Amino acid sequence: MKMTRLLTIAAAAAAVGLAAAAPAQAADYPTKDPRQIEWSFAGPFGHWDIGQLQRGLKVYIEVCSSCHSLDLIAFRNLKALGYSDAQVKALASEYDIEDGPNEDGEMFDRPGVPADRFPGPYANAQEAAAANNGAAPPDFSLLAKARAPQRGFPTFVFDVFWGPYAENGPDYIYSLMTGYQDPPAGKEVAEGTHYNPYFISGDTLAMANPLDDDLVDYDDGSPQTVDQYAADISAFMMWAAEPHLVERKQLGFKTMLFLIVLTALVYLTKKKVWAALKQ
Amino acid sequence: MSGGHSQYKPSSGLMKWLDARLPLPRLVYDSFVAYPVPRNLNNWYTFGAILSAILVLQIVTGVVLAMHYVASTDLAFNSIEHIMRDVNYGWLMRRLHANGASFFFVAVYIHMFRSMYYGSYKEPREVLWILGVILFILMIATAFMGYVLPWGQMSFWAATVITGLFSAIPFIGETIQLWLLGGFAVDNATLNRFFSLHYLLPFIIAGVVVLHVWALHVSGQTNPTGVEVKNMRKETVPFTPYATIKDLFALMVFLLVMAWFVFYLPDFLGHPDNYIPADPLKTPAHIVPEWYFLPFYAILRAVDFNIGIPFTEVVLIDSKLGGVIAMFASLIVLLFLPWLDTSKVRSGNYRPMFRQFFLIFVVVCIGLGWLGSKPAEGGYVIAAQVLTAWYFLHFLVILPWLSRYETPKPIPASIADAVLADESSASSADKKTAPQAAE
Repeated sequence: MKMTRLLTIAAAAAAVGLAAAAPAQAADYPTKDPRQIEWSFAGPFGHWDIGQLQRGLKVYIEVCSSCHSLDLIAFRNLKALGYSDAQVKALASEYDIEDGPNEDGEMFDRPGVPADRFPGPYANAQEAAAANNGAAPPDFSLLAKARAPQRGFPTFVFDVFWGPYAENGPDYIYSLMTGYQDPPAGKEVAEGTHYNPYFISGDTLAMANPLDDDLVDYDDGSPQTVDQYAADISAFMMWAAEPHLVERKQLGFKTMLFLIVLTALVYLTKKKVWAALKQ
Repeated sequence: MSGGHSQYKPSSGLMKWLDARLPLPRLVYDSFVAYPVPRNLNNWYTFGAILSAILVLQIVTGVVLAMHYVASTDLAFNSIEHIMRDVNYGWLMRRLHANGASFFFVAVYIHMFRSMYYGSYKEPREVLWILGVILFILMIATAFMGYVLPWGQMSFWAATVITGLFSAIPFIGETIQLWLLGGFAVDNATLNRFFSLHYLLPFIIAGVVVLHVWALHVSGQTNPTGVEVKNMRKETVPFTPYATIKDLFALMVFLLVMAWFVFYLPDFLGHPDNYIPADPLKTPAHIVPEWYFLPFYAILRAVDFNIGIPFTEVVLIDSKLGGVIAMFASLIVLLFLPWLDTSKVRSGNYRPMFRQFFLIFVVVCIGLGWLGSKPAEGGYVIAAQVLTAWYFLHFLVILPWLSRYETPKPIPASIADAVLADESSASSADKKTAPQAAE
């Protein structure tokens, strides 16, 4: 097949061309590529680490939720984190949810029920911005998919086969949470911002380092370190962004298996059919 | 090559009855069972069937998604998340649909390059080729409007940039833009009409596909030798079972690759910013279209200079209009391909110089795609200008010039000759291998 050979050459030539041109790329943010750590949910056989998700939820509730909303997650969704109906009910009832209007036309507060979503810390985006130096803290629901630094050529090609790598989101969040540090000598950091070389759209950001060792009490014996907190909240955010991730991978495995067997059968049939043409 | 009159013989009384009133079974039999195809088609010729299959997949998943999607600027983003989270297997439908669009373009690009390499657009297949280009343009419009529907940041800003292009057209541009948007900015009216058209166009595509296949079945397939079928009995095989099983195998392999992305890398081909709800007050750092539009996006941005009368201040075409003209011209030029490449030899296998230039053209297209993903500044713009110039040179200068001055290699007298030559060289290389008439 001459065209095959030709296209192989074309692809190779294009790859060489791209590789040669790559160093010309402008210095873009983030300054440092995210650090990659091991995630239980990575790869074709990825699964949630339920303990980690529960710890991540604890970090969210005790630390992050004072500024960040989680609009798309309802309390009932937490059953996926291994909580019982009663536990979910109990957690929901700790929150006040605005409801109404009642017969008198008044809005009123009532205790939350499992069908309610996590109430945000602010009434609206304007209040959120006003309380945070003009930079409204983003909602957490999809952040693990919305903050995924591009990997660049040729890394992204290897990502398809090796891994396959789809954890740029949680890797980024983990790196950002553990990446606060003193700015390099001579680097001016504007008032109200904080240096972090892992930040996706600059080298400083409005959010101060939110984590500290022993900030959240873990009751399962996990280390109470910034590193552990960062990994746990990142995993929790990945779950929040894609609750069906594990289900997807499991169905994917069955589908691939089915397709491979079917492809093999079709191949054998094809061989047999075409063999009849042999002169 | 449609093989003269129909060989369909109704086997049952019911079929006889129907055949006398509406010969639909006869049409299907003649088109997809008895239809003769050259026996030497290689696997590059399977992408037509693959494209048909993906069109069906896109329509089926799309219809299901539309049952839960809400075309409203306030609700669209969350309705997609509702599909992803709460609708049973909604995540699967959505992943199949979004990745299906990407793989639709993978298949169509391979299909088009195959046509170009084997000269499938040449007489008597000009109409077949033109219908194909129309299908491609319809696909572009459909995919673009589909990308707007999730109403993420990239959706919104892509819609803003692309509809803004129309305002560059002199005199009537602003009116056209207003008419496209249904208002003065990308807003609810825009989203609603894009949804409406995104639902409509695939059925128009399906209709043009029928014409495309009809035209194909009138002229018959080309084949890697580029020589027309001379001896029906020796050189063709009936579509079923030979092409059917071969296309099915290729489709299976294609679906395997697609499943890898759908299940393990579902966001790989998308942009993370589209997980941020559309915000008209916040422009993303880099606005980039989906990967399959990148070459055209690079051409659009390559024109960063005004064209005017030299030594005066008079500007005839400003850079924005120039870019728009270049981008649309890059599609329109495809329509004229049958009359730009007038070489009598169809297949690139027998045109040594054409092969070199075809290879360069493929590299240029990939290069334009890469440049489309980069910011339009500095060296990137210059590179995009060079490659854009080459893109047009290829069609407007190189192909007509090659047609006239290239000396092709001797072409085989018939498909049978070529196949026999291939088989003898294959069997001398490995005597145990069964001769594969197909490759």
